Amino acid sequence: MIDSLYLAWQYIRFNRIKTIILVTSITLIAVLPLSLEILLSESERQLLARAESTPLLVGAKGSALDLAMNSLYFDDEVPELMTMAAANRIYDTELALPIPLYVRFQTRGHPIVGTTFDYFDFRGLTIEKGQSLTLLGDCVLGAKIAVELGLEPGESLVSSPENLFDLAGVYPLKMRVVGVLAPSHSADDLAAFVDLKTAWVIQGLGHGHQDVTRTRDRSVILKREGGNVAANAKLFHYTEIDAENLDSFHFHGDTSIYPVTAVIAVPHDDKSGTLLRGRYLNSEDLEQIIQPAEVIDGLLQNIFRIRTVLDAVIAIVGLATILTMILVFTLSLRLRQREIQTIFKLGCRKATIARMLSAEIVIILLASSLLCAVAIGVVDGYAEELVRSLLVG
Amino acid sequence: MIYGKTMIHTESLKFEYPDSSFHLSIAHFAVKAGEKVAVVGPSGSGKTTLLNLLAGILTPMAGSIQVGETAVSDLHDAGRRDFRIRNIGFVFQDFELLDYLSILDNILNSYRITDALKLTGEVRQRAIHLSNQMGIADHLKRHPGELSQGEKQRAAICRALLPNPDLILADEATGNLDPDNKTRILDLLFESVAAHGSTLVAVTHDHELLPRFDRVIDFQDFRTGGTS
Repeated sequence: MIDSLYLAWQYIRFNRIKTIILVTSITLIAVLPLSLEILLSESERQLLARAESTPLLVGAKGSALDLAMNSLYFDDEVPELMTMAAANRIYDTELALPIPLYVRFQTRGHPIVGTTFDYFDFRGLTIEKGQSLTLLGDCVLGAKIAVELGLEPGESLVSSPENLFDLAGVYPLKMRVVGVLAPSHSADDLAAFVDLKTAWVIQGLGHGHQDVTRTRDRSVILKREGGNVAANAKLFHYTEIDAENLDSFHFHGDTSIYPVTAVIAVPHDDKSGTLLRGRYLNSEDLEQIIQPAEVIDGLLQNIFRIRTVLDAVIAIVGLATILTMILVFTLSLRLRQREIQTIFKLGCRKATIARMLSAEIVIILLASSLLCAVAIGVVDGYAEELVRSLLVG
Repeated sequence: MIYGKTMIHTESLKFEYPDSSFHLSIAHFAVKAGEKVAVVGPSGSGKTTLLNLLAGILTPMAGSIQVGETAVSDLHDAGRRDFRIRNIGFVFQDFELLDYLSILDNILNSYRITDALKLTGEVRQRAIHLSNQMGIADHLKRHPGELSQGEKQRAAICRALLPNPDLILADEATGNLDPDNKTRILDLLFESVAAHGSTLVAVTHDHELLPRFDRVIDFQDFRTGGTS
């Protein structure tokens, strides 16, 4: 057997290019589906992990998927809006901690997440550079967005207009970058966080402008009635909140009717969670409560149905490759007839010739298995990071 | 080897290739031990077939073949292979070297492909010694594709001589060589045969070489009923 292996090895060494092609083909056929399986499993795990860490989500009735995707991964598909009253309603139940989210606006292609301090505690986000949000107009950047945009605390970032062609739309707000978060390897790394009120300022619900009671420019004033002054569009609106104009920023009306996209509800315990869910069973309610894990799991079930098709395609391709290899091997046996005849003439038994050819196959399969194991090891080792970069960006 | 004893003896030998009109019929053929016999004759007359029958590569349809004390025609396939590998050195016209093996591995190949021969350090030393005698010691690590025709044939002769066979069958051993190499290879073959006391049966087309053999058989006459 050792001599058969030796001769097989010599053949393989001599025909190294052919062998490398064969080994690579076999390795790829094995590695591709296995790697895909690893990456899909890892992406399933990571997607579910974020969802499972978010116990309950309250949003306006509509697509539960849009609500979950927008609130968990800051997807740019904005769900139906609801008011801050929804958060107050949860607060009043004393069953859960409400964390409002307003994920509607963007800055240079990245989401602006309007929220409260509780969100940072809830997600375990810590400040790596600079400080947390303190004033209206402050923003804290996720680790990756800071790197991508090349921003440090002390610099500024401008919100993107929702619609370039809406002349009556809100002005972009120049926000101060006051801090950068430590990497969390989640969607938070690619978001710009602002206080909920700053998000409302971006929308134009809160604003600051020159004091109309003190202005000497008569062309700005439309009408004066007692203490009320009506001004026209010429009135200068501030597009940046700074120490000098901070006091001029104000919100008209009751903030409880101001919009949010969702409220994360963190129940105090399982029972509280169940009770809270019960509060939203009324079909006349304008809000819905969802368990993100269920929604994402449902989504994954649908997505991963494709996996079955993919597996079938890979199996067919694999089978075709194996058949091709058998054909190649059979043809190579024909090409090697003379060599086989020579060995036979020298006195070799047919069984020994078969053993030599088998040894070649064994060596090729062993080399492919080894390469495959190494490749799978590498994919497995980097799967978490790879999937994270694909999901988070 | 005892000179004068019969090394090869065949009686009423018949052979046909399937699906072919060729048939070989030899009434009687004998070669004495230590004899150097040349077999000449036109192409297709069956010279190579005779060598293959003597070596046990082909099986006769009728008749007997005796090589030394062994009735080769009575042996089964495995027995004929073992007998061939131990007792017969075959020098093929086209060298029959394996491209993927080094020259040394080609010389030692008979020892690797069968259990009938045991590859030892002594055998390796003998292979190196033989290659030295044949003038190819510097090429032992090279592959056949890197060697000239003459060098390849010398390697093939080394392989045939390595087990010290009693009988050497050479099929057009010098057919592919230029005149200089032809003489040199034949000198080496004769020297080796003499040194080991082997019997040599060589098929050749080259009439200039015939005077160097003890006996010449014209295969055309021989097949039509002649005997040696």
